[in-house]
Amino acid sequence: MNIPQISVTEAQTPEVRSKIRRAPRLAQFDWFTRMLRDPKAVIGLVILAIFLLMAVFAPVIAPKDPNRIVGRANQAPTAKFIFGTTGQGKDVFAQMVWGARLSLGTGFLTGALITLLSLALGMTAGYFRGWVDGVLSTATNVFLIIPGLPLLITLAMYLPPGAMTIIIVLSVTGWAWGARVFRAQTLTLREKDFVSAAVVSGESTFNIIFREILPNMTSLVVSSFFGSVIYAIGADAGLAFLGFENVSIVSWGTMLFWAGNNSALLTGAWWTILPPGLCIALVAFATTMLIYSLDEVTNPRLRSEKEIDSVLKRFHIRSRRSTPVLRHERGG
Amino acid sequence: MKYLLKQMGLYLVAAWAALTLNFLLPRAMPGDPVMSLISRMRGQIKPEQIASIKAAFGFTDGPLWQQYLQYLNAVFHGDFGISISSYPVKVSDIISTGLFWTILLGVVSLLISFIVGNLLGVFITWRRGGVADTILPGLLTFMGSFPYFWLALVMLFLFAFKLGWFPLRHAYADELSPAFTWTFIQSVLVHMVLPAGSVVLVSVGGWMMTMRSTMVGVLSEDYIVMAEAKGLPQRMVMFAYAMRNAILPNITQFGMSLGFILSGQLLTEMVFSYPGLGFYLVKAVNTQDYSLMQALFLMITLAVLVANFIVDLLYVRLDPRVRAG
Repeated sequence: MNIPQISVTEAQTPEVRSKIRRAPRLAQFDWFTRMLRDPKAVIGLVILAIFLLMAVFAPVIAPKDPNRIVGRANQAPTAKFIFGTTGQGKDVFAQMVWGARLSLGTGFLTGALITLLSLALGMTAGYFRGWVDGVLSTATNVFLIIPGLPLLITLAMYLPPGAMTIIIVLSVTGWAWGARVFRAQTLTLREKDFVSAAVVSGESTFNIIFREILPNMTSLVVSSFFGSVIYAIGADAGLAFLGFENVSIVSWGTMLFWAGNNSALLTGAWWTILPPGLCIALVAFATTMLIYSLDEVTNPRLRSEKEIDSVLKRFHIRSRRSTPVLRHERGG
Repeated sequence: MKYLLKQMGLYLVAAWAALTLNFLLPRAMPGDPVMSLISRMRGQIKPEQIASIKAAFGFTDGPLWQQYLQYLNAVFHGDFGISISSYPVKVSDIISTGLFWTILLGVVSLLISFIVGNLLGVFITWRRGGVADTILPGLLTFMGSFPYFWLALVMLFLFAFKLGWFPLRHAYADELSPAFTWTFIQSVLVHMVLPAGSVVLVSVGGWMMTMRSTMVGVLSEDYIVMAEAKGLPQRMVMFAYAMRNAILPNITQFGMSLGFILSGQLLTEMVFSYPGLGFYLVKAVNTQDYSLMQALFLMITLAVLVANFIVDLLYVRLDPRVRAG
C-alpha cells in the first residue's frame, strides 16, 4: 500500500507519522476502517441503523395493524396518537413504523438489483471492449438520456401492479448510471500490471474479472449501491404518491398518496404529510453522508485534504485555498 | 464536429428506442390490449374512440412490420390521434400547450439552481473553512435529500395555504387568458415562485458540491498561482481563471439534469396542478387515455434530447479540447 507522504514540513506531526509507520492492512477493506473514524459516516450509519431497526421491530414498536381504523379521522397529534390520525382515522405513527418495511425493503432490494445489473453490464463493456462495448455503451447512454419517471409511469401502467413490478421496473430503468461508472473503472483497471500478470499467467477470464478486477472496485460498488438505494426509495415514493402502486399496502409513499387523496393540505392535516417525507429525507441524507465519506476516504486527494486540515487546525491556520502537493514515498 | 455527429447519432438512437418502446409495449401486454382496454372502460366508450385507440396503437390487420411502419408514419406527421379523456381534442393540441409550460418551468428552475449553485460553490471554495463553507454543504445536502414532490407539498401548505402569499394552483390566474400583457406575465411569475422554488431548493446543493470539489482541484493548478503572482485582482482569478475551468463538469451535468428535472418536475406539476406535460401524463394514465399517454412520453423524451443537443453545442463552444478531438 502506498501511503502518501506529505511534503509540507508542518505535516510531520506525531499523528501523521504514526499513520505512516503502522503496518498496512488488507488494502481492499482499508476504506471501511477509515470510514468508521469519520463523523459523517458514523452519523449516516447511526441514522440508517435506527430506521432498519424500526423496520425489523415494527411488530414490537407498534403492535397493532397499521391499516386498522383506531379513532376519529384527522386528529392532531395527542398523547394517545403521538403523530395524530389520518383522514381515514388510522394511526400515523403505526403507519410510519410499518411503512419503513416496504419502503426500505423496496429501496435496498432494488439497490442491490441495480448494482448487480450495472456491474454485469459495465464490467462486460469495460473488459471486452470492441463491439461489445460499443453496443452496451450506446444502450447505457440511451437509458441515461431517456427521462426516467415518465418511462417508469408508462411501464407501471402496462404491467400488473405490485411490489415486485415496481422493483423490476426501477431496476430496469436505473442501471445505466452505475454501468457507466463501472465501465470506466474496469477500462482503467484492465490496463494495470496486476491484470496483465494474471492474463499472462493464464488465469481464466472469469477469475480475472471477479478475483482481480472486482475486489479493486469494492468501495465504488458500495457507493453505487447506496446511490441506487436513494434513487429507488425516492422513485418508489413518487410512484406510490401518484397512485401507481398498490395503495392498500402501507409504505411511506402510499401514506403520502392517502394524505393527498384525503386532501390533507386543505384540511390542515400536516401531521399526515411530515412523517413519511422526513423519513425518506433522513434515509436519503444518511445514505448521502455515507457516500461522501466513502468518497473522501477512497479519493487520495480528498483524503490528504482531511489530514492536512487537521494539521492546519493544530497550527491555528484558518484560511487556505488550494490543496498542497503530495508526493508518493516510492513510485506508484 | 465529430463529437457533435457522435452525440447526434446517440440522440437518434435514443429517439428511435423511445418510439419503438412505445410501439412494442402495448403489444407485449398479454391478451389483446385494445379489447382489454375497452373492457376496462366498462362500456363507457364510443365506437369512434375505439377506432382512435386502434389508430394510436397502429393496430391494423397487417403483419407487425407493416403496423410498425404505419405507426412511424403517423408519428412523423405529428398525428397522435384523439384524446379519449378530453374527447374530441386532438392529442397534438394538448401537447403544444403542455410543452410550453413544462419547458418554461424546467428551464427557469434549472437555470436558477445552476447559477446559484455554481456561484455558491465558487464562493465557499474561495473562503475554505469559513462560516458558509461549514454550514452550507450539510444544510443543502439535507435539503437535497427531500423528495421533490414532498418539499413542493410542504411549501404549498405553508406559503400558499397557511400564509396565502402565493396562489394554490395553475400556471396563471383562472380569470386571465394568455396574452402578452404585463398583468398576465406578472400572474405567470407569481404562480411560478413555489414550483420553481421547490425544485431549486432540492437541486441547488448538488451543483454546489460538484463545483466545490472541482474548484478545489483547479485552485491547486499552477496557472492559478501564476495569475495570483501577476497580481491580478482576486475577482478576476476567481471567475476568469478558476471558475471558467471548474465549471466544465457541471456543464456536462446540465444536459443530464434537464432529463432529471423534467422527470422530477412531473410530480411538482402534479402538486401545483401546473398544466405541463407531466401533469397531463399523470392525468392521461389515470383516465387510461393511452393515445395521449404515448404521445406525452415521446414528447418529454424528445424535449430532453433536444435540450441535450443544445448543451452539446454549448460545450463545444466552451471546451476547446472537445472541438479539436
